[in-house]
This record gives sequence, C-alpha cells and structure tokens, in this order.
Amino acid sequence: MDPRVLEAMMPYFTEKFGNAASRNHRYGWEAEEGVEYGREQVANLIGATPKEIVWTSGSTESNNLAIKGVADMYGKKGNHIITAVHEHKATLDPVKRLQKQGFDVTWLEPNSDGIITAEAVEGALRDDTILVTIMWANNELGTINEVPEIGRMLKEKYSEKDKPIFHTDATQWVGKMPTDVQRDEIDLLSASAHKMYGPKGVGCLYVRRRRPRVRLTPIIDGGGHERGMRSGTLNVSSIVGMGKACEIAGQDMDSEQQRLLALRTRLEEGILGKLEMAVINGHKTKRLPGTTNISFPYVEGESLMMAIKEIAVSSGSACTSASLEPSYVLKALGLGDEIAHSSIRFGLGRFTTEEEIDYTIDKVVSNVQHLLDMSPLWEMVQEGIDLSKIEWGAH
Amino acid sequence: MAYSEKVVDHYEKPRNVGTMDKADPDVGTGVVGAPECGDVMRLQIKVDPETGKIQDAKFKTFGCGSAIASSSLATEWLKGKTLHEADHIKNTDIVQELALPPVKIHCSVLAEDAIKHALEDYLKKHGKTMESIHDHDEAHEDAKA
Repeated sequence: MDPRVLEAMMPYFTEKFGNAASRNHRYGWEAEEGVEYGREQVANLIGATPKEIVWTSGSTESNNLAIKGVADMYGKKGNHIITAVHEHKATLDPVKRLQKQGFDVTWLEPNSDGIITAEAVEGALRDDTILVTIMWANNELGTINEVPEIGRMLKEKYSEKDKPIFHTDATQWVGKMPTDVQRDEIDLLSASAHKMYGPKGVGCLYVRRRRPRVRLTPIIDGGGHERGMRSGTLNVSSIVGMGKACEIAGQDMDSEQQRLLALRTRLEEGILGKLEMAVINGHKTKRLPGTTNISFPYVEGESLMMAIKEIAVSSGSACTSASLEPSYVLKALGLGDEIAHSSIRFGLGRFTTEEEIDYTIDKVVSNVQHLLDMSPLWEMVQEGIDLSKIEWGAH
Repeated sequence: MAYSEKVVDHYEKPRNVGTMDKADPDVGTGVVGAPECGDVMRLQIKVDPETGKIQDAKFKTFGCGSAIASSSLATEWLKGKTLHEADHIKNTDIVQELALPPVKIHCSVLAEDAIKHALEDYLKKHGKTMESIHDHDEAHEDAKA
C-alpha cells in the first residue's frame, strides 16, 4: 500500500470514528464527508459522477452484483449473456451459476493474441442478449480487450431501450490506464482498491445513471445503503483509502506508464536476449505496461518459481495456484498444456526499481539454464527429436 | 507452498544429473510422465556385469521441485543396490525422506515408476523378467541358508 494512502486513512480509525449512515451527530457527518469525498475521487478517475459509484468489498463482489443484478433485473427482457473464456474467476463463476439457472451463455474465445475484439462480441449478439461482460485487461496476460470499441459498437447498434448492458471488470486497468466511462459507453465497471496501492477488501461498482439508467437487483439486502444496491455499514477508513489511492493514481499515471514500460522492456529484452527458447504470451504491445507473461518451454514453471522465490511471480493467477492444473487463460490462447505448465507472470509496479529488474533477469536466466541442464525434454529437442511424435505414458 | 529443506537441497544441488548411452547393454532406461501433465522423468541405471549391482545411476527431470528431488534421491539410493533391492524402493520411502506434502505424492509415484521401467528395460536387454530376479534372489538366499 502507498504510505500516502495509509496517512489519509488513519484519522478514520481514531478521531473520525463515526458511522457514515448516522445523520444526526457530528461523528456521523465527518464519516459521511470522508465517504463522499472518496466517491468524488473515484468518480474523477473514471469519468463518472459520484452518485454512480457503489461501494463494495472489492471487484469480486462488484462483478457478482453487476452480473447477477442485471440478470435478475432484465431477465424478463432476454435470456442471453456474452462473456469470454479467459475472464477472471470472479466473472466466470457468477456467469456459470446463471447458466445453471437457465441463462444462455456465449463463451467467446480470445484471438491468439489473447484479445476479445468488438467484432467478436458483435458476432455473438442476439435479440435476447441482456448482458455483455468483458474484462478490460486480463490479469494473467495484461492483454487489453477492445472495451471502448465494444461500448461504442453497442451504443451505435441499439436504441437506448434495447441496448444490452455492458459491464467490464476493470480491476487491472483502473488506476493504471486512463478511464472514461462516458466516452467509452460503459454501463457497469468493477474496480478494487488494492490493485492501485489502496487497502484490500474495498472496491466499487460504477453504475450508469443516465442514457441508459442501469437498474440492478441487489445481492445484499438490509438497511438500503448505497441507494439500495448494497446494504451494510460502510467501511469508512478503507473507502477513504480507495479515494486517496485513486487520486494518487490519476496524478502519476502518464509518467508511471512510461516508467513501467521502460522497465518491462528491459526485463523482456534481458531475458529473451539470453534465453532463445523463451516466448512472451499475448499481444506484444496491447498489454498493460506492468505485466508480462513469459513461457520457458522445456522448463516447468513451478520449479522455476521455487528458484526465484524471493521475486513475487506466479504461474497461473494467484487464485488458481493452489491447484496443479495449468492456467486456463494460457490454454485459451491455444497454448498446449506443456507450454502452459512452463509459463510465469511477472508483475511490475510503483515500487519496482531498475536494480530489481536486473536482479530478476540474472536470477531467471541462471535458473532456467540450471533447469534446462536437468530437462530430458530440452535434451531431446537438442538431439532433433520431435516431442509431439513421442507416445508419452499417461499418469 | 513451503518446500522441505531436503527438497530444496536436492533441487539446488541435484545428484547424478546426466545421460548414459541408451544402447549400452549394461544400461537400463526408464522414461515416465508426459509434458502436458507437467512432469517427465528419465532415470537410467548402469549394472556392473561382474557383481550384478547397480554401479551408476543418472536422471533428468522436467517437473516441479519435488519431482526433481524425488528423482535425484532415487539415483542416490539406486547406486550399489542389486536389481532385487532396487525393485523394493517404494514411493512411500521417498515421501518420508523428502517430507513431501499430499499434493506432491504423485512425484514419488513417478520416481518409483521410473525405477521399475529402468529395471525392466535392462532386464529385457538380457532376456529376463522382473519375476526372474526375485526368484533368482530367493534361490540365492535359500542356498545361503
């Protein structure tokens, strides 16, 4: 977390301890002020108005509210949902639940660069489509889907009344890249504070209020907080922290993008220059500047991670790394399981330095070489054996 | 996931990494696993024709740290053993020695399989079966008794 965020949060744990819903005393007003200022800060960052921001516990909840809330509210209008196979689990699982309940789902496959195009979405539209949910940037690859193009395509194609609701999980995007929900015709957008150096456990859902006015059935009923869309006492200090995190992200965005891009280029060139078999996954340029996903064929990803354990990398996303299954995101790119087993994601951020990049290059290169020396597959390839022609035993 | 000290030690300083001539009549080779499963183990033994004991063992493994450690440990254990003794190395011994967690037990199973395949490959080259080595050993034991 950014120390400036913690500083902004601190008073709300101690002297400003009120409940933002308490309307008749000073403590409540102070807390409410903090919450509303946070709402403004988030709205400013994404081109929304403060009233369009609904506080949640994070993007997982935001996605659930968006997807299930639309399905329930607009279910009478239609029965069809469009999403993609390489979305985050926080989208896949709510959509799968709706599918079980009888909704018809089109699962779009990305192109070989990992991208969902507006054309692909347009081709999947039906008369009964009520929801399109496509993430802005992929968490494992950093690849950027054509979200503005999808938003505008839907806007042009339909009348306000008939347009399917367009939701984007922008968890990886907001705070790192310029966001304008008005310009890009986005109806619902999920964001989390911890992806922009704010606290964990707080996020928001942007809910468009005009042209069209999006209505949602709440998941959590109770005191009618957040205009009835999300009941429950607000987590005031975390909300203040998310607001501050958004403000800082907006100020540093351009220079930070350039800095991260330079660091990533240094990392990728450093690794690929020394390991000829290494391959970058996903589109070469249409990616978040702070993310790279690299395959090291003939070397198993988990063994490489063990070697570079002091560097925070992952094979698969953190949410799936408890299982031994190769990443479904990489498989969606058309990569074989053996390559998916050999891939690692590197995340660069606000506190990453050039020295750390150089250290990472050295560590990765020396350990991949160590593992290649131990790899029977690499030896076979050096001998000119085609691995795909071998009959491997099952296990 | 935290790895045991022994796994880390084998991973960082793997014993007996290498390749022997597959065509050598004294060499037995076992390759198990599949790239799409994330593990391929190749284990080789070289048998001394005079003593019938395993004089050398080598491995190469594509897999996680536990798979590498299991095969590295297996090569250490194989050296100096008779084929009969080698066939008695159990995956549970490897699990115990390396303190493998339940999710990594398949690595030890793979190592046991690799040993069996290497033994079978060697025996096949000499027109023998697994049963024959056990019968022979038992006969030998009986004779001693």
